[in-house]
Amino acid sequence: MKIALFGNPNTGKSSIFNLLTGLRQQVSNFPGVTIEKRSGTFKIGDQKYQLTDFPGTYSIYPHSLDEEIVCQVVTNHTHQYFPELAIVVVDASNLERNMLLFTQLYDLKIPLVLVLNMWDIAEKNGIKIDIPALESLFPGTPMIRMNARIGLGKERLLAAISTSKRAQEVSPFYNGFFPCPIDDKDAQKQEMQDRYEKLRAILPTIQGKKSSVKSTFSRKLDAILIHRFWGYFIFSGVLLIIFQFIFSFATVPMDWIEHLFITLSTWLSGALPDGVLNNLLTQGILPGIAGVLMFIPQIALLFFFIALLEESGYLSRVVFIMDRLMRPFGLNGKSIVPLMSSVACAIPGIMATRTISDWKERLITIIIAPLMSCSARIPVYTLLIALVIPKTYVFGFISLQGLVLFALYSLGLIAALLLALVLKKFIRSKDKGFLIMEMPEYKKPRWTNIMISITEKIKVFVWDAGKVILAISILLWVLAAYGPSDSMSDKIRAVKETALYQKSTEPQKETMIASAKLEGSFIGITGKYIEPIISPLGYDWKIGISLISSFAAREVFVGSLSTIYAVHDENERQENLQTHLKEARRSDGTPVYSLATGASLMVFYVFAMQCMATLAVVKKETKSWRWPLIQLVIMGIMAYVGALITYLLLT
Amino acid sequence: MSKALSEIALGEIVIVESITHPYLSNKLVEMGMQAGTELELLYKAPLGDPIAICMHGSMISLRLDEAKYIHVSSIPI
Repeated sequence: MKIALFGNPNTGKSSIFNLLTGLRQQVSNFPGVTIEKRSGTFKIGDQKYQLTDFPGTYSIYPHSLDEEIVCQVVTNHTHQYFPELAIVVVDASNLERNMLLFTQLYDLKIPLVLVLNMWDIAEKNGIKIDIPALESLFPGTPMIRMNARIGLGKERLLAAISTSKRAQEVSPFYNGFFPCPIDDKDAQKQEMQDRYEKLRAILPTIQGKKSSVKSTFSRKLDAILIHRFWGYFIFSGVLLIIFQFIFSFATVPMDWIEHLFITLSTWLSGALPDGVLNNLLTQGILPGIAGVLMFIPQIALLFFFIALLEESGYLSRVVFIMDRLMRPFGLNGKSIVPLMSSVACAIPGIMATRTISDWKERLITIIIAPLMSCSARIPVYTLLIALVIPKTYVFGFISLQGLVLFALYSLGLIAALLLALVLKKFIRSKDKGFLIMEMPEYKKPRWTNIMISITEKIKVFVWDAGKVILAISILLWVLAAYGPSDSMSDKIRAVKETALYQKSTEPQKETMIASAKLEGSFIGITGKYIEPIISPLGYDWKIGISLISSFAAREVFVGSLSTIYAVHDENERQENLQTHLKEARRSDGTPVYSLATGASLMVFYVFAMQCMATLAVVKKETKSWRWPLIQLVIMGIMAYVGALITYLLLT
Repeated sequence: MSKALSEIALGEIVIVESITHPYLSNKLVEMGMQAGTELELLYKAPLGDPIAICMHGSMISLRLDEAKYIHVSSIPI
């Protein structure tokens, strides 16, 4: 049986959804639109129910993309999601405004259950709702009290679902011209005002005296949290704490995952007979899976904090104080979360843009998000900084290396904002962005809601981004492991004839052969092929190979350089690699990794869109290849020009 | 005297007279705003925009760009 969940925003709709379905839920999209569809199942006795959570709305008439789906579904009996029964959640402490949607749905003759949620807050505010009196206005609809945050009233809700009946008559709030045509805004306005008038006349007889005073606690907190100085100060502090956690504590489980996979792949390569299957598994598939799983700790931590901020009600205050600062760039106060998330990984960041109702503001946020330096760039930055930036101190105490790292992050942020400014001029949008939103009272977060939100985000990341990362990893492995028939064997023979090879130990010989193989492979050939294009930036074909491999994930840059320079890595892979890179010379005897080349590479990595997984997610969110391609081109040009200018300035 | 909601002072309580932006007005009407609704200006964001108002006991944020279409009058004493 199909059940739908409707209600205003901030009524605890998702708490009720989680309460009923637990972890038996999945997120997908409504067909043809990018609106997130959360659905799940639950059972009463033998009867199985399919519950769909619809976007929060104040009435059945749409004002944004995600509200349109509600209108389409409830006004069309033949729609595939038309519910056989609907649960309408209202905030019992604010009945008047919440009842509008309910009366409309009742008059559409959908069998309903009315949940008077947040009953505790209503009682605290001195509101006493006469439920039998309210029920008598809407025959057939059971009405129940709930406090979903603490799980109170679930049994009552389950019992009510089986007693709900379709309305025989329209409600006393019905007026002749309901439902109004979708494009007749004036009629809709009139219809809603009419319902409100009747509600205002009848409700006082049902809910007694109304003294909905905002809690003094929330008021006091707001005085500080949206204060013109303390508001920003506290938000900066919160950001600092979040990033501290993500960057220092997430590395521990990330190291576990890395070690687990190294052990696993060493064991597998020994246990399986040598051959293609062995190599494909240990060099293509396993590293690919590891590359996906590595990001989970960061994503989990980040979304833990975001869910915490959202659940507590603080996030809407952040949107409030940031909106004016973001708007000149064509962004929205709500863009702050996606941009923040993108510092960990652009994929969850782009997924988080769904809360921005204005399409133009959302699109700009999606396009600039990958310019924020994500965590996959860190290994690249640290390697290059250690290589070309001297370990000196500015003013005797500020590390120059640290300063450069900070400059790279700032460069990404500034470029993101400038690009937003440009895009604002070029992207046209039919509807005007607005920021009318309710700011809920502060409340204690509900931990199960947070856990469910984290699991959901990880699932989406693993399936959406994971597929692409894995596929690209395997493809790159194939390109690196195979080459035109003679090319690889020629290179190997050449290496074996060198004097250095003869003197080397067994493990060193192996890495030298691996390096020769790579040079002769398809990737090696491509690297050489693009050398003329990248040499103005100060790069040689070896860097070219690493740039190409970076498309799987940026941090692959480091690993692929290790292979090319035949670094035999046991423990100190970074330092070992660094010495090799420092010794690398061009044909004229100058070092390959000069300050100019190193800096140019860093700038390239700040700007370039080297992440197929992000492109795939952008495609999914914008429903076409147009925007990811535009993004790829814009960021590619920025990277090339930026790196070229850097190189020219420093030589 | 009629003025725009974007012009009122912090803590001032006013009454809605009309909403002149067609698209905006439906959104506000469904949230419970109409002629005669009482509003209180609770907060201004640090740069003066957006603003937070109290309507029927809940706090709602609006940009000044939106508030300027809401015409209000002071409460008669």
